[in-house]
Amino acid sequence: MSVGAFNRHGVWAIYRFEMHRFLRTIWTGLATPVITTSLYFVVFGSAIGSRMSDINGIDYGAFIVPGLMMLSLFNESIFNASFGIHMPRFLGTIYEPLSAPLSAFELVLAYVGAAVTKATAISLVILTTANLFVPVSILHPFWMVLFLLLVATTFCLFGFIVGIWAKGFEQLQIIPMLIVTPLTFLGGAFYSIEVLPEPWRTITLFNPVVYLISGFRWTFYGSSDVAIGVSVLATFGFLLLCLAVIWWIFRTGYRLKA
Amino acid sequence: MENGETRLMEPVISIRNLSKRYAGGHEALKNVSLDINRGEIFALLGPNGAGKTTLISIVCGIVNASEGSITADGHDIVRDYRAARTKIGLVPQELHTDAFEPVWSTVALSRGMFGKRPNPALIEKILRDLSLWDKRKAKILELSGGMKRRVMIAKALSHEPDILFLDEPTAGVDVELRRDMWELVRQLRESGVTIILTTHYIEEAEEMADRVGVISKGELILVEEKTELMKKLGRKRLTLNLSEPLTEIPANLSDWALSLGADGLELYYDFDANADRTGVPSLLRRMSDLGIAFKDLATHQSSLEDIFVSLTTDRGGDGGRAAHRTNGRGNGDRENNGTSGRAGEAE
Ligand SMILES: Nc1ncnc2c1ncn2[C@@H]1O[C@H](COP(=O)(O)OP(=O)(O)OP(=O)(O)O)[C@@H](O)[C@H]1O
Ligand SMILES: [Mg+2]
Repeated sequence: MSVGAFNRHGVWAIYRFEMHRFLRTIWTGLATPVITTSLYFVVFGSAIGSRMSDINGIDYGAFIVPGLMMLSLFNESIFNASFGIHMPRFLGTIYEPLSAPLSAFELVLAYVGAAVTKATAISLVILTTANLFVPVSILHPFWMVLFLLLVATTFCLFGFIVGIWAKGFEQLQIIPMLIVTPLTFLGGAFYSIEVLPEPWRTITLFNPVVYLISGFRWTFYGSSDVAIGVSVLATFGFLLLCLAVIWWIFRTGYRLKA
Repeated sequence: MENGETRLMEPVISIRNLSKRYAGGHEALKNVSLDINRGEIFALLGPNGAGKTTLISIVCGIVNASEGSITADGHDIVRDYRAARTKIGLVPQELHTDAFEPVWSTVALSRGMFGKRPNPALIEKILRDLSLWDKRKAKILELSGGMKRRVMIAKALSHEPDILFLDEPTAGVDVELRRDMWELVRQLRESGVTIILTTHYIEEAEEMADRVGVISKGELILVEEKTELMKKLGRKRLTLNLSEPLTEIPANLSDWALSLGADGLELYYDFDANADRTGVPSLLRRMSDLGIAFKDLATHQSSLEDIFVSLTTDRGGDGGRAAHRTNGRGNGDRENNGTSGRAGEAE
């Protein structure tokens, strides 16, 4: 009966419901990243990787693991978070969380929290799969997990915005396809940007994904193309930007309330 | 400071000068003020597009008001939304469901969202009461429309609201289920829940409501006790099928509120069915004195539907639907309605 300052039952109920949706389709949810990762290793690790020299003293197969994890983390974060909030809008069930005693913070915590959990879980599955192909060592496990969570949270917040902005399922796909995937492939997931010739190297430095992948690789191998501090700061900057947009969305009711 | 006694006397929902303009510029609600009494069943009637759903959506926090203020159980729905919304349950008009989820988990989700700790026993009871227990594990998309409607009701009941909005709960529901639903609503009222429902079935309002509000083109044009309304407007009409057409109503009959059908063959007499002297015998006597013969006669008691139609068509509401039924009706009672409609504003 008491009206607490924090609706923990509400947050937990939504989180569980969202996770349930994920767990019900766990095999398709996990099969995709496992198969994709395996293919990457068959193609890049064995076929091409055997002809590639080590990068910064790291075996090429091991070098691409952090990049692969980030690649999947971006996509899964955006996909899960945007889908998680777009689905109730599409089905019309959004009326319920909107009419429930839940603050904007609690709603975001529940939906984005579930998406972060899913995306992080999938990238850990990728790490495990990769470990079957190449020996992966993690120099800074604590920072690795922290970085993983930070990036997942940031991209899930971004996905949440996409899910509210999108007017249909096509638009839901546009942002990941047109922006995130190209930036990731050009973001040094499969090579060190040091190998690029000059104007390209400088141009690449304007790609924010470079900082994320490079920073994440640092937590594994202790070497990075860019300063790790810049990586973390850039991520935080993007996170704050997403939070500001979400704050505005709930303040104005943009595409949520007529 | 808060005296329980006076709290109970206060309206459970108080709407003040509520207006809503949608983004397109459409004015869906115009300066609506309405009080809902604690524990009553309030029926909101009005033609399609009148603004019923808009009104409900604003109270529930799904649509933003353009102007005005609302309190639910004394809590401002914007400033103190947590306390206000905890009290309110909503069964929306549209069947919006988590189609791919099983019945049980979506009902449990609703309870959680409203900040209530899990209570499987209660959810079981609700599902059993609504004859959904056998379907608890079924995906909602496998259910029929009537069952989906009941799932929506189960979701709203799962968090034990004190105030329940039912937006056309019986739309597309068969007769038997409709009876069950009425029974459920009565039970809820007995347990102290305030119920606000919208409906297009007038007999539903007539059957269940304590009070009726009529909304047309965004304006609340009448709020009245149902029995009072029936009494006040429970007019009877005597229809006389004349043997010979009349071109006008004879001056000798001016004591009676008569009107003439278009072809001059039907003479209508509207009278108060509750009055001691209806004036019917004396009218018939006077007519025979004047030699006006009739072949047949019939009386008709106006229902809420007649009242409703006359009100909304008078306002230029929903087209000319059934306008012919109101042609001969004395203008007087419509005037009455218009002014008594503001009862909700009196404090
Ligand atoms: N989201 C919206 N954006 C713009 N206009 C809207 C929106 N929702 C409703 N309207 C308009 O507001 C008016 C009132 O709609 P509302 O749904 O409140 O009517 P209603 O009384 O519930 O009708 P019905 O009996 O058909 O359910 C209508 O003209 C409708 O077109
Ligand atoms: Mg409606």
